[in-house]
Amino acid sequence: MPNEITLRVNGADVSVPEGVTVAVAMVMAGAACRASVSGEPRGPLCGMGICFECRVSINGRAHCRSCQIACEPGMDVRTDE
Amino acid sequence: MRSAPYDVVIVGAGIVGAACADELARRGMRVAVVDREMIGGGATAAGMGHVVVMDDSEAQFALTRYSQRLWQALRAELPDDVEYDQCGTIWVAADDEEMAEVRRKHEYYGGRGVPTQVLDTRELKTLEPNLRDGMAGGLLVLEDVVLYPPCAARFLIERAQKHGAELRLGVSVAKIGRREVLLSNENSIAGKIIVNAGGAWATALTPEVEIKKRKGHLVITDRYRGFLSHQLVELGYLKSAHSVTSDSVAFNVQPRRTGQILIGSSRQYGAEHKEVDQEILRRMLMRAQEYMPGLSSMSAVRTWTGFRAATADKLPLIGPWPGDESLFLATGHEGLGITTSLGTAKLLADQITGSNPEIPIGPYLPARASEECAHAE
Repeated sequence: MPNEITLRVNGADVSVPEGVTVAVAMVMAGAACRASVSGEPRGPLCGMGICFECRVSINGRAHCRSCQIACEPGMDVRTDE
Repeated sequence: MRSAPYDVVIVGAGIVGAACADELARRGMRVAVVDREMIGGGATAAGMGHVVVMDDSEAQFALTRYSQRLWQALRAELPDDVEYDQCGTIWVAADDEEMAEVRRKHEYYGGRGVPTQVLDTRELKTLEPNLRDGMAGGLLVLEDVVLYPPCAARFLIERAQKHGAELRLGVSVAKIGRREVLLSNENSIAGKIIVNAGGAWATALTPEVEIKKRKGHLVITDRYRGFLSHQLVELGYLKSAHSVTSDSVAFNVQPRRTGQILIGSSRQYGAEHKEVDQEILRRMLMRAQEYMPGLSSMSAVRTWTGFRAATADKLPLIGPWPGDESLFLATGHEGLGITTSLGTAKLLADQITGSNPEIPIGPYLPARASEECAHAE
């Protein structure tokens, strides 16, 4: 079993196996990654950094592609506007 | 088949042509608008959509302020997608020298009924916390507006159509003048008056007109809501934008309703190709980052260029073209065409219908340019 790490998604603690991407943490937390201009919830589509649908805010930085970034302990992840 | 002549045939469906069509149609004239592409596909789509009062000259002030008031009056009728937002402009002063210019501008605008507010270092930082520390201050011009020009042009064309104007898109024009617009397909459209509203391409149809293409670049970022609240323009812009010979860049950023940030600006003469110039783009973005370091970590989603129609004296050409009594010009608006489109339309329609204009028309008459040519010879 890999070690578990804990990060925050929209203010709530989420524990995930070490090494998974932030996109996985969003799915585990049941959170949308971002909202479209018209307000629709969006999440990972291509899973390989091309479609930009999985963008989230990480530690205050907007528009990070969650499918390309590994989770780190204590990370503060938020659904992008 | 030849139809009865229109009262006015306007060549160019950019925002200037659209505004002229709207004004003339609402005054009861039979109007046609032709464009080789689409509504607002040239400088109208490329520009920022900053409705701004400027004071390079009394005539520039008069036309920009007159036009801004016309936009204000139109506001209630504009559809939501025009994104009309009176966010105001802040002219940012980096040092004491530019702060002196802030005070001069404040006096000038105040004396002419334009509300402004002088900001010191702290007040500026409070209004725009993402500007770098140590700015001297700025001038907040409260009634300046941001809008989305292509939709504004479409609105004006549609309103003109409600008043009987006819629109022909995808129509390439080969020649104009002598009460006729000759199309590339050899058909022609007859008009008692022909208006050249071709923007930077006006010279293709009226070669004697002294207009130069002045290329600009813009970048739009992803959405970063709350990062920027006003249109910010560096006062150093007054130094760089006035250079008529060399390429220049200036810090000029605009908040869009989506939270995106439009980043400008650049000015180049003699660059006829529409491709992005990486060196100018680099300089433009470096300049923007000097003022707002936070821009450097943002994602840009699109970069494009456009061509301003620049005249030698920085004023547009509005009125009859000497030598052909049927030909009128409405072009040469350089970077102010969105702002001054509505005033241009009023002044053009006043001349065509013989009405009294609300501001003196002399500085914008095309005859001034041909007189300058005559004197130079």
